[in-house]
Amino acid sequence: MYDGGKIITGLVIGLAILLFPFFYTAGKAAKAPEPELTPKAKEAKTCIEPTKYMRAEHMKVLDQWRDEVVRVGERYYKSAHTGETYYKSLQVTCMDCHSNKSKFCDKCHDYASVDPFCWDCHIEPKESNEGTKESD
Amino acid sequence: MGVNRREFLKIAGLSTLVGLGGKTAFELLAPGALEAREAPLPEGKAWGMVVNMHKMDEALMDKCIEACHRFHNVPNIGNPKEEVKWLWKDTYPHAFPGRENEYQTEKIEKMNFLLLCNHCTNPPCVRVCPTKATFKREDGIVVMDMHRCIGCRFCMAACPYGSRSFNWGDPRKAPEALNPGFPANPEYPTRSMGVVEKCNFCAERLAKGQLPACVEAANEEAEGAMVFGDLGDPESEIREVLREHYTIRRKPELGTGPNVFYVI
Amino acid sequence: MLEKTIRGNSKYWGWLIFLLVLMGIGFCCYLYQFFQGLKITGMSRDVSWGFYIAQLTYLVGVAAGGVMVVLPYYLHDYKAFGRITILGEFLAIAAVIMCMLFVFVDVGQPLRIMNVILHPTPNSILFWDMTVLSVYLLLNILVGWNVLTAERKGVPYQKWVKVLAYISIPWAFSIHTVTAFLYAGLPGRHYWLTAIMAARFLSSAFASGPALLLLLCLIVRKVSRFDPGKDAMRTLGGIVAYAFVINVFFYLLELFTAFYSQIPGHMHSIVFLFRGLEGYTYLVPWMWTATAVAVVALVLLIVPATRRNLDTLAVGCAAVIISTWIDKGLGLIIGGFTPNPFERVTPYWPTTPEMMISMGIFATGFFILTVLYKMAVGVKEEAAGLS
Repeated sequence: MYDGGKIITGLVIGLAILLFPFFYTAGKAAKAPEPELTPKAKEAKTCIEPTKYMRAEHMKVLDQWRDEVVRVGERYYKSAHTGETYYKSLQVTCMDCHSNKSKFCDKCHDYASVDPFCWDCHIEPKESNEGTKESD
Repeated sequence: MGVNRREFLKIAGLSTLVGLGGKTAFELLAPGALEAREAPLPEGKAWGMVVNMHKMDEALMDKCIEACHRFHNVPNIGNPKEEVKWLWKDTYPHAFPGRENEYQTEKIEKMNFLLLCNHCTNPPCVRVCPTKATFKREDGIVVMDMHRCIGCRFCMAACPYGSRSFNWGDPRKAPEALNPGFPANPEYPTRSMGVVEKCNFCAERLAKGQLPACVEAANEEAEGAMVFGDLGDPESEIREVLREHYTIRRKPELGTGPNVFYVI
Repeated sequence: MLEKTIRGNSKYWGWLIFLLVLMGIGFCCYLYQFFQGLKITGMSRDVSWGFYIAQLTYLVGVAAGGVMVVLPYYLHDYKAFGRITILGEFLAIAAVIMCMLFVFVDVGQPLRIMNVILHPTPNSILFWDMTVLSVYLLLNILVGWNVLTAERKGVPYQKWVKVLAYISIPWAFSIHTVTAFLYAGLPGRHYWLTAIMAARFLSSAFASGPALLLLLCLIVRKVSRFDPGKDAMRTLGGIVAYAFVINVFFYLLELFTAFYSQIPGHMHSIVFLFRGLEGYTYLVPWMWTATAVAVVALVLLIVPATRRNLDTLAVGCAAVIISTWIDKGLGLIIGGFTPNPFERVTPYWPTTPEMMISMGIFATGFFILTVLYKMAVGVKEEAAGLS
């Protein structure tokens, strides 16, 4: 091919740059995140829905809640799982049990490089030992 | 391949348009905010407020403002250009321009009035909002949906009462000296920069059966200084107060139907 | 056709690089605004729209002005305009893109801007503004591109292109009417609450758009071998003249209603602009300059000798642009918000970062305009056998 030498060289350099992150971290798999439960959360035995469901769907739950609370005025959630009624609020209800945001929420979020902007407005719970970790 | 490139592009383009347009068309044709605004206020709650200026004084007004701003984590920005306020004071000529009277009684002319969003029956701000981030609920409250607001400030241009404030910067970065212990209420969020905010008639408190923060604060000192209730219920306290006292509203000639009344 | 844009002389590249530098500065300033918030602008709780929205308003007018070339050509077969419809369409494209950029930088939460599409609100004029501007952009791109391609290939353009061109004519009227409706329906702003707002906007648009187009034609004539044609330019001059006379007349109508009725709400904003209110006189020199320049424009445009002479016509067009820009790009927005609903004056002036961002957007628009014009001129030169 025309300019074959230049093309092959360019391809090799390009691939090297593209695959660099994999070479750099080869063998150093990051540990799966282990979010910690607070004593209060452990005592409650379960969240408003089963853990597996919450893990997969909590974003959707919160997204639905924020429209239901603000736009429709429906502020209470009856859980089929626990049979209890909860006040739909990230800041007041969720964080009441999961008040260790930096050891709970942030663990998975940081791992997955997720940066929810809920905390721009909704106040993070004050954590006693380490200061509130700013999730960037 | 039976279909050539041109046809493929035509099909792909059309499908995309249908897909994108479908949702939009659905929302456009679905009954929604437009109809809710056109329909008369439904039976039931139609929240309104009476501010009895005979029972108000400077100190009480400050107390109400403090209660409101503390409860809702309204920051004190420190300069009038960018200030955020849900409840504030201003004198008669500024609160009621167009009712000028050279020979007005001095007391009325000089005293401060307590001003807030009027939660109009026919709100121009709701009419102009391009995302329905501000909308009128069934119970009459003109609500701000902070999640949806894009910060276009059209509502601020539309409001004839200057009731709306914009977060020109991050409210959490307001001067610390002016906001000790901010945010004061850990049970209520702050706002982020780039969204508009205003009084929300304490919708979250009403949901729990509590009176708005300002009304509660006023009642602690002077019963009846602020009356809050259902304008749609002829037997309610607020309707009785309105029957017994002469009240004025701000700029009623604009047809907005303000629901905050002042006993002067 | 894009290959025509990558071959140019040093002046062309110098101009483009200069614009890129301005775009870069504007972008950096925008990043500053993105992270700090709109507090870095001069806008306030009282004057909540400022320079950005003012430029948006002015540029919608310029974009709509392109119709003043398209209409005579497609509806009345005015052949002389055939050479420059593409220039009008490309000017409209650059102007609408600048409009959209000004909206983007003005909005408090730009990352949520899709909410306007995800939650369509037909009762909001802003929704319609977004719709009509987007469609107008699309119309001009489709018509302009296809007509130019056809010209290059030496074949007549397809029939559907003409249909779109026909649609773009009332559509141009609609974009500026809708923009006027943003202002004309707000109950608390008496400077804007006038039935002839849309009429004023259109007359100002049909003066400033063709005026700018004419100046661009003169520049194109100077830097390339393409001549838009004396007839076309003289007729454009006539259009600018009529539109500007109507524009001035409409403003005088506003002054009459305000000052003969003596209603404070109607008068206050105009007094603020032309005499000052509560000691704030910073806009007064601007408004009187606009008036003086408007008089110069009227003379140069009305007197046949100065209108026919392309040099004096150019001065007249520049005067129209300056005068309409001060009226729409400064007076309209600031005047509308002043005095505020409490009858107080909060002064507004754009800050340096605000102006840098605006300059970056103007540079972007001119960059797009230069590239598109280079392409159009290149095609026309080739078609005429001049290249």
